[in-house]
Amino acid sequence: MATLDSKIPKGPLAEKWTQHKSNINLVSPANKRLIDVIVVGTGLAGASASATLAELGYNVKTFCFQDSPRRAHSIAAQGGINAAKNYQGDGDSTHRLFYDTIKGGDYRSREANVYRLAEVSTNIIDQCVAQGVPFARDYGGLLDNRSFGGVLVSRTFYAKGQTGQQLLLGAYSAMNRQIGRGKIKMYNRHEMMDLVVIDGKARGIIARNLVTGEIERHAAHAVVIASGGYGNVFFLSTNAMGSNVSAAWKIHKKGAYFANPCFTQIHPTCIPVSGEHQSKLTLMSESLRNDGRIWVPKNIEDAKAIREGKLKPTQIAEEDRDYYLERRYPAFGNLVPRDVASRAAKERCDAGFGVNATGEAVYLDFSAAIIRYGKEQAHVKGLDENDATLVKKLGQEVVRSKYGNLFQMYEKIVDQNPYETPMMIYPAVHYTMGGVWVDYNLMTSIPGCYAIGEANFSDHGANRLGASALMQGLADGYFVLPYTIGDYLANDIRTGKINTEHPEFEKAEAGVKAQLEGFINAKGKQPVDYYHRQLGKIMWNQCGMSRNENGLKQAIKDIRALREDFYKNVNVPGGTNEFNEELAKAGRVADFLELGELFAKDALERTESCGGHFREESQTAEGEALRDDKNFTYVAAWEYKGNPSKANLHKEELKYEEIEIKTRSYK
Amino acid sequence: MSLIGYALILLSKLSFMSVFTSSIGRKVAMALSGLFLILFLTQHFTINITSVFSEDLFNELSHFMGNNPIVQFVFQPLLIFGVLFHFIMGFVLELQNRSARKNSYSQYKGSTNASWPSRNMIVSGLVVLSFLALHFYDFWIPEMNYKYIEVLPLNETRYFEELVHKFESPVRVGLYVLSFFFLALHLYHGFSSSFQSIGANNKYTQAIKPLTIAFSILIPLGFVFIAIYHHITAF
Amino acid sequence: MKLTLKVWRQANRTAKGKMETYQIQEVSPNMSFLEMMDMLNQQLMSQGIEPVAFDHDCREGICGMCSMFINGEAHGPDRLVTTCQLHMRKFNDGDTITIEPFRANAFPVIRDLVVDRSAFDRIQHAGGFISVNTSGNTQDANAIPINKTDADHAFDAATCIGCGACVATCKNASAMLFVSAKVSQYALLPQGKVEATERVLNMVKQMDEEGFGNCTNTGACEVECPKGISLENIARMNREYLSASTKG
Repeated sequence: MATLDSKIPKGPLAEKWTQHKSNINLVSPANKRLIDVIVVGTGLAGASASATLAELGYNVKTFCFQDSPRRAHSIAAQGGINAAKNYQGDGDSTHRLFYDTIKGGDYRSREANVYRLAEVSTNIIDQCVAQGVPFARDYGGLLDNRSFGGVLVSRTFYAKGQTGQQLLLGAYSAMNRQIGRGKIKMYNRHEMMDLVVIDGKARGIIARNLVTGEIERHAAHAVVIASGGYGNVFFLSTNAMGSNVSAAWKIHKKGAYFANPCFTQIHPTCIPVSGEHQSKLTLMSESLRNDGRIWVPKNIEDAKAIREGKLKPTQIAEEDRDYYLERRYPAFGNLVPRDVASRAAKERCDAGFGVNATGEAVYLDFSAAIIRYGKEQAHVKGLDENDATLVKKLGQEVVRSKYGNLFQMYEKIVDQNPYETPMMIYPAVHYTMGGVWVDYNLMTSIPGCYAIGEANFSDHGANRLGASALMQGLADGYFVLPYTIGDYLANDIRTGKINTEHPEFEKAEAGVKAQLEGFINAKGKQPVDYYHRQLGKIMWNQCGMSRNENGLKQAIKDIRALREDFYKNVNVPGGTNEFNEELAKAGRVADFLELGELFAKDALERTESCGGHFREESQTAEGEALRDDKNFTYVAAWEYKGNPSKANLHKEELKYEEIEIKTRSYK
Repeated sequence: MSLIGYALILLSKLSFMSVFTSSIGRKVAMALSGLFLILFLTQHFTINITSVFSEDLFNELSHFMGNNPIVQFVFQPLLIFGVLFHFIMGFVLELQNRSARKNSYSQYKGSTNASWPSRNMIVSGLVVLSFLALHFYDFWIPEMNYKYIEVLPLNETRYFEELVHKFESPVRVGLYVLSFFFLALHLYHGFSSSFQSIGANNKYTQAIKPLTIAFSILIPLGFVFIAIYHHITAF
Repeated sequence: MKLTLKVWRQANRTAKGKMETYQIQEVSPNMSFLEMMDMLNQQLMSQGIEPVAFDHDCREGICGMCSMFINGEAHGPDRLVTTCQLHMRKFNDGDTITIEPFRANAFPVIRDLVVDRSAFDRIQHAGGFISVNTSGNTQDANAIPINKTDADHAFDAATCIGCGACVATCKNASAMLFVSAKVSQYALLPQGKVEATERVLNMVKQMDEEGFGNCTNTGACEVECPKGISLENIARMNREYLSASTKG
């Protein structure tokens, strides 16, 4: 395998993408008809890529494990999408978005990719509006913006708390148009089981029809992985139940390097865990931090009384509350980046100030915002600003119009009314910045195999800023991959149809079948979920918000033992030739059990703290993360060598030409 | 009633086939025929109510309706067509709709999310239809017999007596009351629903709903009143 | 909590299904309905019985995958929630809960509680889009101001999650609420008006071909819709359809 070549085009940063686009090879429209492309996953990245590739003329086959492409988990993204439109005239620009993203990512992302992302961000908004995405508008009929954590401008476009849904449905509609035209062949309820590599090039996949259990061979000239992140390695996360690493992991095992697996985002505003039965965690949009103030009691006795149910949060006087983010980070306050906010919450809870029964929750309080908005409204309407009941009522209406659906969701889950009592929140695993290593063209280290969206690693460094995931998914799918893939496919116009009878297809299919039979025949005692939960506990405790050498070493040992036990003792009922969710889960958990180990290994290797990766050994006297730029300004790209423990590390040095590396400060 | 006018224009423009081939076409046809029958009902009520306070006026109007050639040979066939169309279409739709779920639920709580009248238009419709049969037997067949078969001499004052005579029987009055109760249920859903079907449901048309509900209660109540009034005053 | 569950079991599309009764104990009121189903499945597997297949994914009420007909209502007794957001605190100790798949001819059962809703996708293929290429060379997003009320209404219609509760709950298994939500979203936006005529005709045609029943305006769909999609959308679709037909 060749060493890492990120293929960053020469030239000034701001012109790289434009120049690259004019210089790369193209495929003529007549030849595009002869070329097949497989896309795995139908989130923002996969759906937008499928639609655009089909529009360009390629024959696209798209796969998703859900019953419809519209169900992909991008749908659950709430807050918004960034774009350097500067509609608010508050000083935003491509460069500022680029800078914020690099800084937010704690200087561990690839400069050229991030600049391109910022550059195409404005196209996304134009595109989505043209597609009929109903973004929020102001009374003048123009697009509205809100601000998000970690930045000083308002550049986030949104559609209430359902931006991901609206954008995904937009991309889905673009797909529908191409499905209707016969340019995309959609395979719902199909799971990619393996990648087929012929003569060193990605030439197809093995897929399983989840309804009939049939194993199918699908050939193509290029394979695009858009299968999202691997947050579910923690079992409890804000990901969907079905979100999995398998597609990405399968290509890793076939030669694609896996980069920075330990860079995981723990989102600060999630609904806390309520008990052992919990199957997933629910995110409350970060946009809530625009108006909500985060606090815990100042006195540990108060915190204890609250945990025991003897005291209510509303009974705690203003001076007895510790607004710890405002205290520690006066410049950004409640709007510090996610990693900083999460760690600060953990710090308070570990110190004994946590508030719900489990002691793992902090308050997110809207009472100040309600009064502020209420007074504003009373003033506008010429009513009495000193009438507390009226002000509260008016303020609640404003808050309802901004966050109504989130408040309703909270009330359904927790059974408490957040208009009257502060919400409880706690950090939860949300997004994985790490992923399949790709070059500037978004191609993995396997020729012809691409990774886009959350599945790749390139744009968010060690921490992702709010409202940037949607931006990256759509940028990759609509505007980057469709160009760059042509550069590779231009050499494939004479290849002709790929034959699925090739021995490599047979080999891959046999391997898939053997693994599935293995699960069924294990006939052990423990269900798949047991292993997933166990793995999640190891990951959360040792590889969660803070990590240390001993813990990571222990995690590697524990995961290995769990994996061995899994293959021996797992209980998968039913057969392979039927709808069998336990069997599908077993395959996904098997891959998580391998990824988990590589994750810990990567975290162990990186002895600095940066972004979402906090090594206890590397912190300032005040407990802030301490980067080690001298030794760790690189991307850790792991090559599979038969077992996660034997993975081989390749380093891609990160060079910053435009940006001066600084210590991140939000104080 | 400008909405009905608008609806009629739409109907005239709709291609004939789409009425029978598309779901929305059928739904609109159902709504428009219903609105037409409501128009007729209003006219019928207006004439009948005169019987309570003026025997002469009632006779005069009835005579006009019974002998005007336009009413007899244009509106009457149109009305019969309207009734048949509404009934047949309703019945066909009911069958199609029922067959859209061949495997039914073992538990289905329709009452938690929709009103009884809205879920049972076929029931109230069939009751009204049986009533129409009785009504035809009571008035229309004797009338046709009088005018076109036996060709009896013109008598401009016979209508009131015939009317009063029919309401002497308490059984018949009872059947009338029951039928009008079901007619009220049918109208309660059907009237406002027909506006929804032809696409009139937005903030400007919110006022329609209370009006249709008032209509669906008051008109049948009025008919009941007429029946009982004559029943009581007959003796 | 102790519960008796009556669950529809059906091995595959062609098999004959039936209701099976299971007992479950130690259910916590804080559990979501699907977590209770997870618990049931763990219990069944430990007894050597195949787990109950059901669709689910995001478990936060937005993907539209979960689809259970609980005690005679789509997504159960609570309002404005999907099955995954329904919590066990809505039930009482000792209750018997009936769980069936969403039923309609157009939604054939795949297994147990899992149904095939690809009819919805096919309706969208027929016209659920604006024909604009994704080249990024469109005009600036702020080039056409859109009245806030229209934009908000378009958004409200666009929040449909395509779960199929409207079909499941309608006594006629009609899909009009679903179809009208998409038709409305585009009808309200200037970008969507260009091909409004073909869109509504094609989508309604496909809807009819899929074997859904007709709308009789009972309003049950609006009540059971987890996203509160309004009946006004159906009226708007009827209007759009009528005006499209007269143009045709």
